Amino acid sequence: MSLSDADAELVREELGRDPTPAEAALFENLWSEHCAYRSSRPLLGAFESEGDAVVIGPGDDAAVLALPTPAAAETPAGERDDDDYGDVYVTFGVESHNHPSYVDPFDGAATGVGGIVRDTMSMGAYPIALLDSLYFGSFDRDHAKYLFEGVVEGISHYGNCIGVPTVGGSVAFHEGYEGNPLVNVACVGLTNEERLVTATAREPGNALVLVGNATGRDGLGGASFASEDLAEDAETEDRPAVQVGDPYAEKLLIECNEALLDEDLVVSARDLGAAGLGGASSELVAKGGLGAEIELDRVHQREPNMSPLEILLAESQERMCYEVAPEDVDRVRELADRFDLGCSVIGEVTEGTYTCTFEGETVVDVDAEYLADGAPMNDLDAAPPETPARDLPEADLETAFEAVVGAPSTASKRWVYRQYDHEVGTRTALTPGDDAAIMAIDEAAAVDAPDDDTATGATDDATGATDDATGATDDATGATDDTTGATDDAIGVGLALSAGANPNWTEAAPYDGARAVALENATNLAAKGAVPLAAVDCLNGGNPEKPDVYGGFTAIVDGLAEMCADLETPVVGGNVSLYNDSVEGPIPPTPTLALLGTKRGYDAPPAALDAAVADESELLLVGSGGDALGGSEYLARTDGTDRFPALPDSDPADLIDTLARVARHESTVAAHDVSDGGLAVALAELVTDAAGADVELPDRIAAFEETPGRLVVQTTDPEAVAELAGDVPTYSLGAVTADGRLRLTVGDERVATTAAEIRERRDVLEREIA
Amino acid sequence: MTVTVLQFGGSNCDRDAVRALEHLGIDAERRWHADGLPAETDGIVIPGGFSYGDYLRAGAMAARAPVMEEVRAAAADGTPVLGVCNGAQIGAESGLVAGAFTTNESARFQCEPVHLRVERADTPWTAAYDEGDVIEVPIAHGEGRFEIDAAASEALEADDRILFRYCDADGAVTDAANPNGSTGNVAGILGERETTAVLMPHPERATLPDVAASTDGEGILRAFA
Repeated sequence: MSLSDADAELVREELGRDPTPAEAALFENLWSEHCAYRSSRPLLGAFESEGDAVVIGPGDDAAVLALPTPAAAETPAGERDDDDYGDVYVTFGVESHNHPSYVDPFDGAATGVGGIVRDTMSMGAYPIALLDSLYFGSFDRDHAKYLFEGVVEGISHYGNCIGVPTVGGSVAFHEGYEGNPLVNVACVGLTNEERLVTATAREPGNALVLVGNATGRDGLGGASFASEDLAEDAETEDRPAVQVGDPYAEKLLIECNEALLDEDLVVSARDLGAAGLGGASSELVAKGGLGAEIELDRVHQREPNMSPLEILLAESQERMCYEVAPEDVDRVRELADRFDLGCSVIGEVTEGTYTCTFEGETVVDVDAEYLADGAPMNDLDAAPPETPARDLPEADLETAFEAVVGAPSTASKRWVYRQYDHEVGTRTALTPGDDAAIMAIDEAAAVDAPDDDTATGATDDATGATDDATGATDDATGATDDTTGATDDAIGVGLALSAGANPNWTEAAPYDGARAVALENATNLAAKGAVPLAAVDCLNGGNPEKPDVYGGFTAIVDGLAEMCADLETPVVGGNVSLYNDSVEGPIPPTPTLALLGTKRGYDAPPAALDAAVADESELLLVGSGGDALGGSEYLARTDGTDRFPALPDSDPADLIDTLARVARHESTVAAHDVSDGGLAVALAELVTDAAGADVELPDRIAAFEETPGRLVVQTTDPEAVAELAGDVPTYSLGAVTADGRLRLTVGDERVATTAAEIRERRDVLEREIA
Repeated sequence: MTVTVLQFGGSNCDRDAVRALEHLGIDAERRWHADGLPAETDGIVIPGGFSYGDYLRAGAMAARAPVMEEVRAAAADGTPVLGVCNGAQIGAESGLVAGAFTTNESARFQCEPVHLRVERADTPWTAAYDEGDVIEVPIAHGEGRFEIDAAASEALEADDRILFRYCDADGAVTDAANPNGSTGNVAGILGERETTAVLMPHPERATLPDVAASTDGEGILRAFA
């Protein structure tokens, strides 16, 4: 791929001359779909990205959000005041590494993790959690299994090694991903007002310093490679465009970054990702409305005889570009050296253009803002998606139940998350396998006691623990590192995390399916008592030049944007990955949403029934269904079609608030959201060797529809829960038993099984791969 | 009274160890390996992680770092030394304890809770327990399979230097309860002196009550109190 004729003409007009080879390559990469969002930016205006919590919204390396105080952590965002937010910040970002993961699943996925972690670091944050949403072709195909295994291993290797816990995400199998698996990785970081850094260059005369790995010829042209369909021979032909990660270097870079922040040496920062040094350095100065003079010879290199173009565009991993005041350069060099990292002062920030020289000759001289933002947008044709008709299959209940419960997409993901270190950092209060992960943020702790008048009430001094939000303080300044003392009596903020999308839903109904994806992630948080704070999205689609593909893509953007707005949840960042298309055809439009919410403290009702109170409790369904099976695993397993269920009428923000209140209610013993596989799977997941359930449902639709916005709860006080639910309907599902058996009656049919049998069935990934 | 938590390049449980120790009221500080041990230290933790990226062999490169000379000397003098996970691998590679930790039988990384049977209660690391107690502490490793030659293994058993074995919830030491194929289900052992111990499971992840599923690990860290 090279610069298109039309783009080349624009560039010639702007420059008043022919671009040099290095300039042409820069424009080709930075104006690619991957970097410039040429087909998607016109759509992205649909997202609401502002709110009281938003410190930095879309457009930087990662978004930055202020955490609410513990006292306000469970108040819906729309009802909070400005002063309900403290000075502890989290960063949130998401990235796709789809094409590389097809060509080389291990390294492709690993470097995806590396990239989003550096996006976190460049905001002045310490990475505290990763979430991965993965999508593969049919699980019964060996190639899909090979990619799945390699991707999981790559994430495991890289994430574990750098000490960032992988605490959640999703895995889905669908034949549409056969030729294009998706690897969407989100990262959460922790910082505060003082440590915050942005990717906006500030001061002409400041040095540009490159820290990290030496630059080699790896990953050349990755951005433009990610912006076209995968060719049939991609696995062999495109290997040079895939980078190889070194998590050890990344870990050193994390530590070095912390040390630089501790000493306040970073003026601005950008990590090197797509389009390498050329991308990072030009974007950094462009955001500040400035220019740069860079001497490419100064870049520390791994290979001899690299050309200026290669130095500019190589996507060698584990590198950061910092803006540093001239007087601090020596100290930065010392710290890089301490952590065995390479360091070169490559040039400085200027008020002029973005120029690069090599061996004394100018090889690039362009306006930085034009390079970063000048790409023209595409105006593409969109064909509206079709609505499937109702064609329900006739399968007997037991067969259908077993197929749905044991389907790879709904099955246990233990095989996956057991390979991820999900506990490093000692913050993971709720581990994978539940609806959402909960990370403990002691740094935001305060002595609040909303119902206790005798408490001191003053929350101000309790933030003393936030001086060292990242716990990064070295011994030199260890005096402030007394988090435990400050928080033993205080309540922290629980950060609830969920990520995923269901391709069956968005394939059946791109617009409503995407709305459902947003509501489903919010329901995951609510099931653990949390309310949403902000979201980031990863919008994956096929070749947008095909009108039906672009129509589906447009619909998922609109659907996701609308539901997030209805949830009063700003979408603060994201990533677009198009051209996930190959000889196998386009992927289903896939709107991965990563959602972050908060609650007071870290406790949550488990997604497991409690036999000890079986006799005094009842199973309730809270929330109404949509009376259709479209997009369900049931139809995927039984080859039927149906319209997509109608989503609840009630205001989504109120609905989620209500569900979260139900989950937190003192009578709630267990809570689990209803989603993939419907009530049948939710109930199967809730039973344990000790606790069972005896449930009666009117029909198949009730058993298998996947309408989000619903919880199953075991409660010792059903009347109180019904009253708390108010306008949200509650239904009695049946009894909790103390025998570890699930008895499910649907109309006049019946399934009876045990927790052990269910476990065996849900263990399909482990059984088929290990 | 301060415990030194060593930080090699690639260590990643150093902050966690400090947090867990401080929760127990024990002063602890991270120390970059190249700075050597402080003049005075009341204990040493070699934390988990991937020192030097596990390149060559897990723990092999860190075991040859100059600071390990100092650690061996301190251990010989009776300063409490605890190696956890990668710290256990470093401990074995540097000769602080016998045997070696190598690739799990599954050949995969495993992060999950396990049960441990306390084999001795008369050491600083296990004073909080009774012999035969079953505690729940998580593991997170890809190379935790304890391997040792027959003669050394016999010596280890004869000297009563096995601290913990993987077991089931009822305390039975079985193959099914052995998560990684370790010889003799060994999860943790003592060094030459009882003040030196290494283990693959993470006591610092089973200490903080607000976060951890089990706080059974705190007894191990209390050796530093």
